[in-house]
Amino acid sequence: MKILVCISKTPDTTSKIAFKDNSTKFEENGVQWIINPYDEWYALVRAIELKEKDASIVIHLITVGGADIEPIIRKALALGGDEAIRVNTTGDDSFYIAAQIAEVAKQGGYNLIFTGKETIDYNSSSVGGIVAGLLDVPFVSLATKFDLAGSTATITREIDGGEETAEVQLPVVVSCAKGVAEQRIPNMRGIMGARTKPLKVVEPAAIEPLTHINSYGLPPAKAGVKLVAADNVAELVRLLHEEAKAI
Amino acid sequence: MSVLILIDHAEGQIKKASFEVLSYGAAVAQQLGTNAEGLLLGTVQDDLPALGKYGITKLNQVSNEALNAVDALVYAKAIAEAVTLTGATVLVLSHNQTGKAVAAITAAKLTAGLVAGAVDLPDTTNGFVVKKAVFSGKAFANVAITSAIKIISLNPNSYKTMAGEGIAGVSQLNITVAAAAIKVTSVNRVKGEVPLTEAEIVVSGGRGLKGPENWGMVEDLAHVLHAATACSRPVADSGWRPHHEHVGQTGVQVAPNLYIAIGISGAIQHLAGVNRSKHIVVINKDPEAPFFKAADYGIVGDAFDVVPKLTEEIKKLKNS
Repeated sequence: MKILVCISKTPDTTSKIAFKDNSTKFEENGVQWIINPYDEWYALVRAIELKEKDASIVIHLITVGGADIEPIIRKALALGGDEAIRVNTTGDDSFYIAAQIAEVAKQGGYNLIFTGKETIDYNSSSVGGIVAGLLDVPFVSLATKFDLAGSTATITREIDGGEETAEVQLPVVVSCAKGVAEQRIPNMRGIMGARTKPLKVVEPAAIEPLTHINSYGLPPAKAGVKLVAADNVAELVRLLHEEAKAI
Repeated sequence: MSVLILIDHAEGQIKKASFEVLSYGAAVAQQLGTNAEGLLLGTVQDDLPALGKYGITKLNQVSNEALNAVDALVYAKAIAEAVTLTGATVLVLSHNQTGKAVAAITAAKLTAGLVAGAVDLPDTTNGFVVKKAVFSGKAFANVAITSAIKIISLNPNSYKTMAGEGIAGVSQLNITVAAAAIKVTSVNRVKGEVPLTEAEIVVSGGRGLKGPENWGMVEDLAHVLHAATACSRPVADSGWRPHHEHVGQTGVQVAPNLYIAIGISGAIQHLAGVNRSKHIVVINKDPEAPFFKAADYGIVGDAFDVVPKLTEEIKKLKNS
């Protein structure tokens, strides 16, 4: 059994978001980078939990990025996983990134591919689906529970207004949301062990991106809060009804 | 070169998010000087020709009941085939849970550029550029799609539903649907509640409410407003409320017309999940709570005192 876990780096959740070069590039100055929370807390940890129950499971991590992403992938390896693969390219098009992952996955014979439900920077929730589409294997989005018995996965996933549980035969691509695993932090043994785990660098396949980001912007600032006295709730209701026309 | 719009449905009914994407897709078609057509996979009880009022001239249906359940791969292949058969060059769907399951696979099958989570109509003056929310709502990006076929998934509550006059002609599409590999064993839909991502109004509670036993007043307020209830991350993590109500950067991102935050301080991660709301009301006893800086209206006061009064005043308004 081989599991591939897709790892992305994102700015820390407390980062102030700013842009440079005429709003065409993200301002990386002063930004702390982390493993995308959904990739770490849910996708990676669930793979590790499965391996803790079945030691024969092999976990590979994959990331698409330049050499500067290696501290992030080492941090992920400190949590668990047997080896990592870095596809040596960068990009902001989901199809380009996913197609690079799919190229590696085709060679690897993975039974299970995990992604986080989305990255907290681009929020597209797209890489997992594109990988599944390119590999032509089933895709289960927004999983909140994942169990494995032999080659059958039982997965609960978010649907609009609730959730559903389904069974699927491996191979499958799964995007992981809250609930799939318990968040954990790496221990010293893991951190030391991660230094010597293999980190393979592969060159990208020739793939045309299908989108590109022209520019960024920030939402308009709020005009300022209108405060209403706590003993004058009727005034708030009047404002919401007559001024905001929201109720 | 038409615009094809996916009509999402569940339990025999078209979802509200579909009327929004129909209106959006019709506007995209008008901008491009072409026709808007609907695509319905499966069967519903709704009056299909009447969907013409949202601006589509034709509704393509694959009335195969197997498609009433969404096996993402099977469903996306059917969408891709429908795009090819209808000759559409733009596909529009909602960035709801169904959209998140199927849009990306469809993009892979059609080698189509995808903008997931669009918040506005495309700018077609120079190329095809779509504005989308990024950094969990802290910013937006203008994304150019360069492929021949383009896919846009629209963030819920980003575009105003517009109904006019019109009747759509319904025609059946002949598509062979592959057998589902995913076998659904149980479905658990929350009944009688407004789904959070579709809600016009959201009433949200934080740690300031002190415990799950105090949620009655939040639910009462939500009830009179026909609103969905939500909560901050600490509340969900403490198990006071279910995780699917957690709004914020690592929870659900919402964009209602009105967001009422009760006893939530407004950490940056929470604000990321709500700052596309059109109007924000903050009720907090701490005048220094950062949420007031992101709010349109605020009351500095004790929630236990203010919220029941607010519910009463709204009842009065509704009855007047």
